[in-house]
Amino acid sequence: MDETVAEFIKRTILKIPMNELTTILKAWDFLSENQLQTVNFRQRKESVVQHLIHLCEEKRASISDAALLDIIYMQFHQHQKVWEVFQMSKGPGEDVDLFDMKQFKNSFKKILQRALKNVTVSFRETEENAVWIRIAWGTQYTKPNQYKPTYVVYYSQTPYAFTSSSMLRRNTPLLGQALTIASKHHQIVKMDLRSRYLDSLKAIVFKQYNQTFETHNSTTPLQERSLGLDINMDSRIIHENIVEKERVQRITQETFGDYPQPQLEFAQYKLETKFKSGLNGSILAEREEPLRCLIKFSSPHLLEALKSLAPAGIADAPLSPLLTCIPNKRMNYFKIRDK
Amino acid sequence: MSVLRPLDKLPGLNTATILLVGTEDALLQQLADSMLKEDCASELKVHLAKSLPLPSSVNRPRIDLIVFVVNLHSKYSLQNTEESLRHVDASFFLGKVCFLATGAGRESHCSIHRHTVVKLAHTYQSPLLYCDLEVEGFRATMAQRLVRVLQICAGHVPGVSALNLLSLLRSSEGPSLEDL
Repeated sequence: MDETVAEFIKRTILKIPMNELTTILKAWDFLSENQLQTVNFRQRKESVVQHLIHLCEEKRASISDAALLDIIYMQFHQHQKVWEVFQMSKGPGEDVDLFDMKQFKNSFKKILQRALKNVTVSFRETEENAVWIRIAWGTQYTKPNQYKPTYVVYYSQTPYAFTSSSMLRRNTPLLGQALTIASKHHQIVKMDLRSRYLDSLKAIVFKQYNQTFETHNSTTPLQERSLGLDINMDSRIIHENIVEKERVQRITQETFGDYPQPQLEFAQYKLETKFKSGLNGSILAEREEPLRCLIKFSSPHLLEALKSLAPAGIADAPLSPLLTCIPNKRMNYFKIRDK
Repeated sequence: MSVLRPLDKLPGLNTATILLVGTEDALLQQLADSMLKEDCASELKVHLAKSLPLPSSVNRPRIDLIVFVVNLHSKYSLQNTEESLRHVDASFFLGKVCFLATGAGRESHCSIHRHTVVKLAHTYQSPLLYCDLEVEGFRATMAQRLVRVLQICAGHVPGVSALNLLSLLRSSEGPSLEDL
């Protein structure tokens, strides 16, 4: 086994937390049951890793086996990367062909290899007609860098692909090209949507987030539920604005629904507008160039935070449509210009 | 336009009613709970409102003390208070109104300068209290204070009236606003 392959496998296994190790190794399905049984997983991690490398050497692991392990690790640790969304489209009048996974994989690989010569491409299919693609980029003269790969999740029955934001930006056009041609599309466009949570991106892009689940509490009157009133609440406390509270709850529910919101961490607004002022002769209003300004909202769970703003009394309901349109418009990066 | 007046109703027997006005219901609720835990000879009633004017359809007791809760983290809170103040009759400001500023402890989150609320309280000639309502200990102390002030404003403390208290509090104030 190549030294670089051994090193790469070792570093990948070291990243895996001990409680996930057996699950991931089983999913990898490279080492046999018998081999795995010989490993004492209760030792210190370094010893376990050494033993595993030894077993991989016995089985002569190749770079593609190592790449597969890396894909599985990333599938378990999706949140470590920030994911972007690409949307492809067919040209006008093109027919919808039947998707052939084998043909797609071959075509994709060929396009990249023809352009770069040194590139490692690996595939792993999962349910829902999705394929995970891992690309380690090299150039005409350098070997692929296995430690900075790009991951792509392509849902073959849809025109959408999710990619991990790569540091190696120069390869993005080539990646786009390969995806488009291999999947028999005409054009590819990057959507203004980014998040660490792949599931949430999926829910937003495929519009699957508005599923209401039946709850046992659905018979409780809205008032009690929304005010969070304790049954034993003190009768000496009187809420004066019950009508207003109900209005806010109603508007919040109409805007955000009853379902859990998809998880996003940022919303970013780039403003490029000219200064408008009621006063005449304001210095800022005389500027020819528009003013530029960047506003970024961040939160561990942005949409839930926005949903709770009005009920908490921090903002007035209804909220600005710029905030509430995020899942609907499938964007969390906005550019606002003068009309 | 419904305006709150201090003496337009008859007082209830041994009852003292406080009105807390503020945008963040959770904070008001917690303060109300803390106040009601206090031992008090009078019967306490706490009304919570997001803003004024209050809905007119309700039959409510005479209000003895109004506390405007301003969250220094939120300009929306200040704006709401300023708009609500217009619905309070001038005679309320003879000791039956006070301002409570919360959130001063987390300086980095404050979007309202302390000077703004000081000026607001000065304009309305009413005391300004500071308390981080999110901290249980501070809240309990403030609740105690408010209960005492409420009892005075309801006239349950013989020999001290709301106006007395107001002038007492004013004379112990620091340098005047112009010197700041």
